Amino acid sequence: MFLTKLFRTIKYGFLRFWREGSLSMATVAIVFLVLVGFGGLLLFNAISNKTLGYIQDKVDISVYFKTDANEDEIIRMQKSLQQMAEVRSVEYISKDRALEIFKERNANDPKISQALGVVDANPFGAYLNIKARELKDYAAINAYLDKDAFKSEVDKISYTESAAVIERLKKIKTTVEQSAFVLLIFIVATAALIIFNTIKLAIHSNRDEIGIMRLVGASNYFIRGPFLVEGILYGILGGVMATLVIGGGIYYFSPYMRIFVPDLDGWNYFISNSFRFLAYEAFFGILLGVVSSYIAVRKYLNI
Amino acid sequence: MINFQNVSKIYQSNSHETIALDDATFRILPKEFVSLVGKSGAGKSTIIKLLIAEEKPSKGKVTMGNYEVAKLKLKELPSLRRRVGVIFQDFRLLPNKTAAENVAFALEVAGRTQEEIEEYVPQAMEMVGLKDKMRNFPKELSGGEKQRVAIARSMINHPDVLIADEPTGNLDPINTWDIIKLLLKINELGTTIILATHNKDIVNFLDRRVISLENGRVIRDEQKGKYILV
Repeated sequence: MFLTKLFRTIKYGFLRFWREGSLSMATVAIVFLVLVGFGGLLLFNAISNKTLGYIQDKVDISVYFKTDANEDEIIRMQKSLQQMAEVRSVEYISKDRALEIFKERNANDPKISQALGVVDANPFGAYLNIKARELKDYAAINAYLDKDAFKSEVDKISYTESAAVIERLKKIKTTVEQSAFVLLIFIVATAALIIFNTIKLAIHSNRDEIGIMRLVGASNYFIRGPFLVEGILYGILGGVMATLVIGGGIYYFSPYMRIFVPDLDGWNYFISNSFRFLAYEAFFGILLGVVSSYIAVRKYLNI
Repeated sequence: MINFQNVSKIYQSNSHETIALDDATFRILPKEFVSLVGKSGAGKSTIIKLLIAEEKPSKGKVTMGNYEVAKLKLKELPSLRRRVGVIFQDFRLLPNKTAAENVAFALEVAGRTQEEIEEYVPQAMEMVGLKDKMRNFPKELSGGEKQRVAIARSMINHPDVLIADEPTGNLDPINTWDIIKLLLKINELGTTIILATHNKDIVNFLDRRVISLENGRVIRDEQKGKYILV
């Protein structure tokens, strides 16, 4: 009995959707447009987070040691830094490695190669590259490095140089996150209202039909069911179409994104997250479709 | 059995009240064919609305079998409406369903199986002479055909009572008589018929019980009545 009812509900939902033709298409088009806005914002948020992550990854603190610094002391410092909760990684670059890196970087400049040949001793000191887990953690790491105990070995710390960059990046990240959140709430609220009103109008045009169903003896479940199925169809179709259009947009713009962030492959990122993205879009669409239909039909059920 | 006991229906508006039915008392027995006659606004449609619980009485009691209609809960109304078939002047077919689907809908809401639907719907369509138009949508049918689909739909659950509210109001004379003959046939098969009409020829032709209404009051109730209104 339950299965028969369910089957009929689904069948009539599909039939209604099909037979209402232009009205269904208009509703799907509105749901689609709203979901493109919603999906675009989700994606913008994801890509801006990834971009910020990329830039954040470029930030580090370098501790340059004096050329005569004791290597054991440096290793001890590296280990103590690695134990800090704020520290993600500490890379040790020895004096010899520092020289090699310098040579590699200036291999095409004969003057520098000549100058290095004149100097007998290695003029470079060892250094540590420290990356923090979060941007805000750099301040704590810097405070730790500022202790007197390290001063005898340390030549200079590069945090002061990157401090301005770190601070600005922090502000950008906070601003982007906050505005994306506000924008998301705004879009979700607008989307909900637009979809609700569209579906309400579609159901309003069926109010006589709902009245007839009641008079023939249909229960509320029997009347409401097909409208809910129709709401689900609006959500699914709108969601799939929005995902396809956003996918197409990303495919087209992906090469341009790389100009700004070389590591960012927008298309691959979209492909690897496409199912999750589609699920978000469809879920949001279905939720709005079903809730709107439920509320709109309820108005006409007390006959 | 249907019983109206001192039933009044008063519509209140801001400045005044309109009495649609005034202290009506009558009883309709099973298998009767009763015509409700009167001018527009006499109270015919109000009686029908009270019977199918579209409205509640302001005073008095309307009972159908063992139930007092006004006391049924919203949840219980569907089962009442499946026991009472109703046809209207404006047909009230579902526009997005074919003729057969409109008839099948009444069976579906009653929870009948697909096999039963496939068996009964063609029978009902044949009874009203529309077996060849089962797949047509209402907009593809004439007024008389639409009313016959509505009759098939109202009869498919074998209701105890069939209420017809001006069923021929929108029809030409030929279709009018077809519908009346169909109602007589249904009555012969044992269904109570309540026909609201202001068509004098029909009432006089039927030669059955007539309840005459004027300004919401029952002014005459005759077993073999005629259409007599001042």
